[in-house]
Amino acid sequence: MSAPDHDELLEELLAGKHRALARVITKIENRDPGYRELVSALHAHTGDAEVVGITGSPGAGKSTLVDKLADYYRERGETVGVIAVDPSSPFTGGAVLGDRIRMASNVGDMDVFFRSMSARGTLGGLSTATTDAVKALDAFGKDKILIETVGAGQNEIDVVKTADTVAVLVPPESGDNVQMLKAGILEIGDVFVVNKADLDGADRTVQELREMIHMQTDRTANLATGHHGASAVSDGDADERADDEGWTPSVVETVAKTGEGVERLVETLADHYDYLESSGALEAKARTRYAEEIRNLLREDVGQLLEAEIERRGGMEELLADVVACETDPYAVADEVIEPLERCLEAPRE
Amino acid sequence: MSADQEQQSIRCLVAKVGLDGHDRGAHVIARAFRDAGFEVIYSGLHNAPDEIVQAAVQEDVNVLGISILSGAHNTLIPKVIDGLKEYDAFEDTLVLVGGVVPDDDKAELKDLGVAEVFGPGTPMEETVEFVRENAPQR
Ligand code: B12
Ligand SMILES: Nc1nc2c(ncn2[C@@H]2O[C@H](COP(=O)(O)OP(=O)(O)O)[C@@H](O)[C@H]2O)c(=O)[nH]1
Ligand SMILES: [Mg+2]
Repeated sequence: MSAPDHDELLEELLAGKHRALARVITKIENRDPGYRELVSALHAHTGDAEVVGITGSPGAGKSTLVDKLADYYRERGETVGVIAVDPSSPFTGGAVLGDRIRMASNVGDMDVFFRSMSARGTLGGLSTATTDAVKALDAFGKDKILIETVGAGQNEIDVVKTADTVAVLVPPESGDNVQMLKAGILEIGDVFVVNKADLDGADRTVQELREMIHMQTDRTANLATGHHGASAVSDGDADERADDEGWTPSVVETVAKTGEGVERLVETLADHYDYLESSGALEAKARTRYAEEIRNLLREDVGQLLEAEIERRGGMEELLADVVACETDPYAVADEVIEPLERCLEAPRE
Repeated sequence: MSADQEQQSIRCLVAKVGLDGHDRGAHVIARAFRDAGFEVIYSGLHNAPDEIVQAAVQEDVNVLGISILSGAHNTLIPKVIDGLKEYDAFEDTLVLVGGVVPDDDKAELKDLGVAEVFGPGTPMEETVEFVRENAPQR
């Protein structure tokens, strides 16, 4: 597709045409030629939406809760965008994306824009695609954007970190708690939701979570001294908790199936957003996110420049032959390949 | 940068329309499409035509596959197609129907814009191949 088509697409998206929004997200997912110009152009129109990430193990009730949240926001007259991420089958690249089945409360309501996404097997690429899709929904004018993702693995954690507020679902007595600690999910939750509160053991799970949060806030409080401010922008691996000082994660009980507790959850999410705004953490988060985005794009670009350089040198197979024959080694090859780029960047400039 | 790596994938919505509880065929097809490397969105049982249109538009699927064994295809399929047209989504979506459809009705559905009708016993490879060859590009 050529640039004029993209201009028209962008215009239609901004004018509120659903088909155009859907197509822009497709281009983002496909990394269609020129999609980056498209996303660039979206940026100026973003910044108004509140983005909530919802994570937890499969079957925790994320999709059911997303449906109820969307319904609640719609009742208040707000518009909603949903991105539901499902991991794809690693063997064929294919996937069955079933989150849509739970969208029962919003049937036929086009002001809930629901989009299913698979991981498409790309490391890191998924969080880029999600960030960009959120931009499209934001530019379209969605008030609330919900990102659903399974809480397993770094890929998903990266995805959910693109949200302003992260809600982690914990079903009662699931034995998930230890798992979650391992997966690093406890650290990213701003709100913990004990869903399926109609089941036995909910009280105990609430209790356990409160204790874990208590222990964790004590720990970060000790660590936090002195490293605030500098960390958020200067380091890609900055502790994501750093800008979260002053917010103690809350625990909310819900029964997503009936909608019980959803109002309370909505209030808690709003409280967190207010906190982010008033403490300046919202801006700090945005800065961290943009810094990460720039770094990701640069990594991708440099990677491509270097792939092209490898081709110019006869291709990877060619380079490997000498490595296998022990005439050279991987470090030396990497040095050689990057040398022209290095020279270029380090040359004196006006 | 211009040389972006493209990652096209065929996206298919598999939907059951109306009060039709026969979902074995839809499950079989969803799995076969997944194994063929397609991204399948399965929207569950008892979808209203509106709901299918909403899903097809928002998910921007290349392929919309409707499974229907109840005999109500003549009233429900036209509603879906009209809905797609309303959102400018008809032209570049491959619409397929699967299930129990008498031969006379097949012709009628094709006139409406259904690309192909797959009845019981159609070999899976044939269906997958048809999708590969006919799915519109994005
Ligand atoms: C199993 C079955 C049932 C099971 C369904 C279980 C389930 N969860 O699916 C039960 C017992 C529940 C049942 C109930 C009924 N059934 Co029944 N059932 C059948 C039967 C024997 C087989 C269907 C089946 O599962 N086949 C196996 C699957 C894999 O094949 P398939 O669905 O045809 O799918 C293939 C293709 O059609 C195609 N395909 C299907 N969908 C899609 C979608 C896409 C996108 C694509 C590309 C291809 C595709 O690809 C598949 C693989 O080749 C058929 C008869 C028949 N031979 O078709 C009757 C049949 C469908 N049933 C029929 C009837 C009337 C009923 C009932 C109304 C009976 C009653 N009076 O109670 C109820 C209604 C239930 C309901 N709520 O809708 C009639 C329908 C008549 C009509 N259309 O005019 C049939 C045709 C029997 C008959 N000859 O009368 N049924
Ligand atoms: N008992 C009970 N079941 C629930 C509740 N919320 C969701 N479920 C059920 O849990 C199952 C998984 O829900 P789903 O939303 O698909 O979970 P997800 O995999 O996290 O998206 C479904 O059968 C839901 O009906 C709840 O609050 N109580
Ligand atoms: Mg789900």
